[in-house]
Amino acid sequence: MTVASAPLRILIGKVGLDGHDRGVKLIARALRDAGVEVIYTGLHQTPEQVVNAAIQEDVDAIGLSILSGAHNTLFRRVLELLKEQDAEDIALFGGGIIPDEDVATLTADGVKALFKPGAPIQEIVTFVKGLKPHG
Amino acid sequence: MQERKPRFTSLSGFDTNRVYTHNDLKDWSPDEELGAPGQFPYTRGVYPTMYRGRLWTMRQFAGFGSAEDTNRRFKYLLQHGQNGLSVAFDMPTLMGVDADAPLAHGEIGHCGVSISSLDDMERLFDGIPFEQVTTSMTINGPAAVIFAMYLAVAEKRGIRPERLDGTLQNDILKEYIAQKEWLYPPEPSLRLIADTIAYCSEHVPKWHPISVSGYHIREAGSTAVQELAFTLYDGLTYVEAAVKAGLSVDRFAPQLSFFFNAHNDLFEEIAKFRAARRLWAREMTRRYRPVDPRSVQLRCHAQTAGCTLTAQQPMNNVVRTTIQALAAVLGGAQSLHTNSMDETLALPTEDAVKLALRTQQIIAQESEVTNSVDPLGGSYYVETLTNRLEEAALDYFHRLDDMGGMVRAIEQGFPQREILNSSQRYLRESERKERIIVGVNEYVEPVERPIPILKIGLEVEHEQVARLSDLRKCRDSFKMAGAVEALQEAASCGENVMPYLIDAVKAKATLGEICMALKEVFGTYREPVVL
Repeated sequence: MTVASAPLRILIGKVGLDGHDRGVKLIARALRDAGVEVIYTGLHQTPEQVVNAAIQEDVDAIGLSILSGAHNTLFRRVLELLKEQDAEDIALFGGGIIPDEDVATLTADGVKALFKPGAPIQEIVTFVKGLKPHG
Repeated sequence: MQERKPRFTSLSGFDTNRVYTHNDLKDWSPDEELGAPGQFPYTRGVYPTMYRGRLWTMRQFAGFGSAEDTNRRFKYLLQHGQNGLSVAFDMPTLMGVDADAPLAHGEIGHCGVSISSLDDMERLFDGIPFEQVTTSMTINGPAAVIFAMYLAVAEKRGIRPERLDGTLQNDILKEYIAQKEWLYPPEPSLRLIADTIAYCSEHVPKWHPISVSGYHIREAGSTAVQELAFTLYDGLTYVEAAVKAGLSVDRFAPQLSFFFNAHNDLFEEIAKFRAARRLWAREMTRRYRPVDPRSVQLRCHAQTAGCTLTAQQPMNNVVRTTIQALAAVLGGAQSLHTNSMDETLALPTEDAVKLALRTQQIIAQESEVTNSVDPLGGSYYVETLTNRLEEAALDYFHRLDDMGGMVRAIEQGFPQREILNSSQRYLRESERKERIIVGVNEYVEPVERPIPILKIGLEVEHEQVARLSDLRKCRDSFKMAGAVEALQEAASCGENVMPYLIDAVKAKATLGEICMALKEVFGTYREPVVL
């Protein structure tokens, strides 16, 4: 007999001032339909709010959507805060209007994956389902 | 012969017949449903001669980095044959936040130009002749403040306000519905809009104080029907707010303008523009009985659909944009923005934006589609679509009326949920390949060739922060505080805030300071989360 593992818990959110939430909501719905427990932060969150919520909610990963061009600053700030709070086992991924060059540097800095416009939703779901539950 | 699919549907989900005939337009009367161009119900266009008289205004939405960067881009576009300006502001400006606020960090100049003070506004329009170039400003929550800055720049240059021509987007309802950039709750926001409408009708009569926008509703995933219905209903809500504020409809309605998306389904989009004009003319006449015919004429700007562009094989976006632009032109738009091919990756480069502008020029000058007004009028298919869109939008009007109006509907999450459901349906259809997206779910290339893109460095932010710090040091802080206090007073006692806003920006109060002061009076808004 196998023991069913607890479902993954993922915090999905919008960080910064950007309000474009079409994509983030579709992804939240798709993950929920795939059996992932989704916590949606709502709009206009600061990196501090996101990281605190992630720790309090004991999530396995954070997924952030940024379409305003502020990705370099905001993803790095979230990584920094996760490190400061000893929570680096929470994976960070995201998506938005992000040029390839920035995708490369941000993933080198520790963002697990970044999805561009037009990325198939199934690819994102598969990526999330492949994440390991954190420590 | 067997057809390729069991069912053919329009992008909005209407079943499409193999062929349309006179049987589809049985009780249809051209006199009633079309009229002549420039005549009620304006289905064929708001002007008798349309593009034979004057082509549409080619107006590329532009803004990035500092005021100087954007000023250079404006001049570049004018030099290449553009004839109107359209300002894109960055996210902090759109949210009424100063460039040196912690929340603004990392966002300065990235998705538009950073404007925090009157000084920034002066540099933005340096050398741009206000009397010759009409300017559209895409800003909503802080629209009245930015407008006050524009008026103050004009005053400093000695240009009389009655000579100013341009557009303020100033459409807050679609922010609650779709784009989510708001500052205050709906009721005080509507009051601010009524203030700008009243101020314009008295002092800046050529200005369009509002551009009622479906563009963002469509970008958020709505169907053409929802875009049409929610936008026009928003428009009626603004008319109602201005009438309640004591204005007669003929004093302001001729200056209302609209802004629609030009999406992929060519014929459905053309029908949407036509249905919008007819429905607006009919509803305005039915509800308000204006005397001036211009009060019921729907004039609109159009922009090709950013959400249809793909990061994959970005050059394909030029082709998509061309077809969408053609829809806007065949639909009779008064001005047009064509997206650049690189906009799923960053703000456009000079070359990309020039190609987008050239696309409009080719349609205007080479295709000869401008020769005849409403060339698709009378087409069995297009008229059937126009009828269907109008009917479906009217259904939404009745539902919204029953809910007690748009503000109540937004509070219940109704338009938000309708749009989210449509966007999910579209996603499912493309995942099942019922809708093909070239380069994304079909004709995929394993290796993508990178294209050059525009980069915005952090130095823009450093410079803006330093400038603001200087401004705060150099201004007369007593005068500034007095002006802001007077503004708060006017806001709380229901006086028109526009003159006070002009005083405040002239006293060098910043955008963030003014918006914060108004939040103290008006409060803030939390949206009902619809998931």
